[in-house]
Amino acid sequence: MSTRAFAPEVLEQHGLTPEEYDRIVELLGREPNLTELGMFSVMWSEHCSYKSSRVHLKTLPTKGARVLQGPGENAGAVDIGDGLAAVFKIESHNHPSFIEPYQGAATGVGGIIRDIFTMGARPIALLDSLRFGPLTDARTRRIVKGVVAGIGGYGNSIGIPTVGGEVMFDESYRGNPLVNVFCLGIAKQNEIIRGQASGPGNPVYYVGAKTGRDGIHGATMASAEFDDRLEEKRPAVQVGDPFMEKLLLEACLELMKTDACVGMQDMGAAGLTCATSETGSRGGVGIEVDVRLVPQRETGMTPYEIMLSESQERMLIIVKRGREAEVEQIFEKWDLHAVKIGEVTADGLLRVRDGGTVVAEIPNLALTDEAPVYRRPIQEPEGMAALRQIPRNGLKPLPSAEEAFLALLEAPTIASKRWIYRQYDHMVRTNTIVLTGLGAAVVRVKGTNRALAMSVDGNGRYVYLDPRQGARLAVAEAARNVACAGGLPIGATNCLNFGNPERPEIMWQFAEAIAGMGEACRALDTPITGGNVSLYNETDGTAILPTPVVGIVGLLEDASKALARVFPAEGLDIVLFGANLGELGGSEYLLTLHGLLRGQPPVLDLERERALQQLLVRLAADGLIRSAQDCAEGGLAVALAECCFDTGGLGAAVDLAPAASDGGVDLVAATLFGESASRVIVSVEPAATAAVLEAAARAGVPAARIGTTGGDRIRIAVEGTTVVDVDVRQAERAWSSAIGRQLDTPVA
Amino acid sequence: MTFAVVVFPGSNCDHDSYHAVRHVLGHDARFVWHKEASLGNADVVILPGGFSHGDYLRTGAIARFSPVMKAVADFAAAGGPVLGICNGFQILLEAGLLPGAMLRNRDVRFHCEHVGVRVEQTDTPFTARCRQGRVLNIPIAHGEGNYYAPPEVLETLERERRVIFRYATADGRVGPEANPNGSLNNIAGICNEGRNVVGLMPHPERACEPMLGSTDGLLLFESVVDALTAGALGGGR
Repeated sequence: MSTRAFAPEVLEQHGLTPEEYDRIVELLGREPNLTELGMFSVMWSEHCSYKSSRVHLKTLPTKGARVLQGPGENAGAVDIGDGLAAVFKIESHNHPSFIEPYQGAATGVGGIIRDIFTMGARPIALLDSLRFGPLTDARTRRIVKGVVAGIGGYGNSIGIPTVGGEVMFDESYRGNPLVNVFCLGIAKQNEIIRGQASGPGNPVYYVGAKTGRDGIHGATMASAEFDDRLEEKRPAVQVGDPFMEKLLLEACLELMKTDACVGMQDMGAAGLTCATSETGSRGGVGIEVDVRLVPQRETGMTPYEIMLSESQERMLIIVKRGREAEVEQIFEKWDLHAVKIGEVTADGLLRVRDGGTVVAEIPNLALTDEAPVYRRPIQEPEGMAALRQIPRNGLKPLPSAEEAFLALLEAPTIASKRWIYRQYDHMVRTNTIVLTGLGAAVVRVKGTNRALAMSVDGNGRYVYLDPRQGARLAVAEAARNVACAGGLPIGATNCLNFGNPERPEIMWQFAEAIAGMGEACRALDTPITGGNVSLYNETDGTAILPTPVVGIVGLLEDASKALARVFPAEGLDIVLFGANLGELGGSEYLLTLHGLLRGQPPVLDLERERALQQLLVRLAADGLIRSAQDCAEGGLAVALAECCFDTGGLGAAVDLAPAASDGGVDLVAATLFGESASRVIVSVEPAATAAVLEAAARAGVPAARIGTTGGDRIRIAVEGTTVVDVDVRQAERAWSSAIGRQLDTPVA
Repeated sequence: MTFAVVVFPGSNCDHDSYHAVRHVLGHDARFVWHKEASLGNADVVILPGGFSHGDYLRTGAIARFSPVMKAVADFAAAGGPVLGICNGFQILLEAGLLPGAMLRNRDVRFHCEHVGVRVEQTDTPFTARCRQGRVLNIPIAHGEGNYYAPPEVLETLERERRVIFRYATADGRVGPEANPNGSLNNIAGICNEGRNVVGLMPHPERACEPMLGSTDGLLLFESVVDALTAGALGGGR
């Protein structure tokens, strides 16, 4: 094409390449007008179209006996028995949270909640996976405070408990924090609503907040890197109103109890354009709307602005013709706008009117299914082999085991997150039966005997060193956490946070990680039911650690059998499941004590991992174990400490066999702080120990009794020689106050 | 025995109070929408926690204008037992049914955690089953629970033994270390002159089942059942 109706700068501002523009012309059979260009620009953005990731995402397992809804809808759904479904998804709000931490995080929470109740599910739990730069950085401290306050501000008000999550700190997130929010809701299986339009002539309703100029091109912003023009992007962040969303939630759930609703979709990224084109294309129909009928809170808005606005707390609802009064009455009760703005048509087109004038007319499929798909070049970065070696000459003088132990307990990634989670209402709705802190969160499902365990995990360091292995480990850890609570892992969701996909090294990380995630999800029988991709997580050309976060949902048949992470009593036997291989690659020990991010991440035998998880679920159901705690960052020693903390000062004494290797550093350090996968510390009544060890042997899970609970000290010996001997309360004070102490440091 | 749980549009602990009364204790409970002008045949009224109208202005500031609040005031004036929990307490303050006001927590952060709540007085319908001085383990979840009242009001409350709950350590000590939000005199809950209207920031409805970590909250609900069974109270009928 020789001449285009728009200048190259206009296309660039819209994030469209000349080739993409030509494709638009081809699909329309004519040049688009500016409104249409804007609509294509948001729908074909990376955020909405998944154009770089789609070819890889297709390789993930998405089906299973329990899967009721896989990817492609507002959220995934799995069968949890009793005719009920768990509806869940995780989504990122990284870019907005960096620009405006409070509102960015708050609207992230609001967005994922809408995805869940749009499906007809009552949201009952939120979890967050957060990544920040070092707390020594003043700007990071401000971001942490803002993000935590924003998550609390939204979740607490709307009355959905934030029951768990995880937080890690690393230099790479300094200029690009990650805010990933997971939400889970419960729906009756036969009442799940989909984001589909059908039935030409059915009215299309707009409900909720009015439309303003906020968030225009939010989706395009989320698909670009940050640079020094950051401040200019602030108007693209939206402002959240949890009270409005609470009204919307209650009204929508009340509406869904009637059968007057055909389909529903929230207006999130790409706003009205996305909601209309996606519902239309999923249902194979057309939609016609008149922007003049859209409730507006500013004057003089153009069709372009109305179609692209990302104002929060708005929904699109397709209603059965003849049931309009019923619908309007429900929204009126909740003092909400419910305005008919158009109707379903048979022609497959998204037709936008401004009163009598047609201002855009695009085939729905052109905006959705026909969006570009790229198989971007992939190139393994140079130096990966060297990165996986731990350089002996790069090590600092070895600290004593006890010094290292105490230093690790104060490392922000390991230290207690109480300063954070006490700002979240984690109990509202009175379902939370394993209180937040570490590992999985457990909520009961009222009206049944069941409970659901949930965990979100993803260690970017492992993924950086070996993307395939790191992603496998992320799935394994999330599923293991769920199994430690007694839950059988049944479904997964993912949030894939990476750098710029146009760089072959980043795309290599992405492709490898997806391959690893697929392997682990298949082996552990946890299909991916949905999720989100967040690319371009870079500031001034430096990418974050590749961070695929995995959320796993597990089912407990008997809520009363949920296991705690902490030791419940003294005089119990402590049993270690799994083999201590002494792997220090990518470990917290290496980073905190030696300042190194090097080495090979832990190996993972997926068959053995699955056997371990099934063993845990069985032992929990049989009541043979009293507590279970996964060994993760900081290894066995830190996991043991975590079993003693929050107990009121209950101690433990263990004697460990030396690890299978010195991890390239030191045998005692490798034994205590190595991060080998597939390991869990459980506590057992002495009378049951033989049965537990026998069950482990039958399952092919290595198991050994390593000590007992009791006293007020944490004592760790290696082959009879004591290497750590500390007062529990003293260690706990260091662990529990570390984050608050740093955050409350005045800004220099 | 029927409990009315008042529902404002932003109430979010309404289901929890309902669940505790109906499913744990086995009494009748029903929701009363804030636009209703009557409490029906209620024997007890609960104003639950939440963010009644978004509370962007001041917690509970708009809720007091809801039609149902006239009915609540009449019910209280007739001696009927009214329990305001968290936002419900804030609404009772705004409506003038209890004295004082709430400020933001001392550290201007939201707090959600189990705290010790010492029972100061047992001659209210909601504490009759408790032993004086007993420390209940009940969670709080609020950003504005820093109780304030002018000195003369505070003095009156103390003199008339109307401070019903105070934040305390597990062994019953009342002091700054046990005060989560900066409340004057560690006040967690108070009552009106008639002693039939009680407001508290902690959430007893979240402490009614062993699975939730504490059952101490049951005492408040059981107390009012006792009181009504004994026929010692008036009400809206």
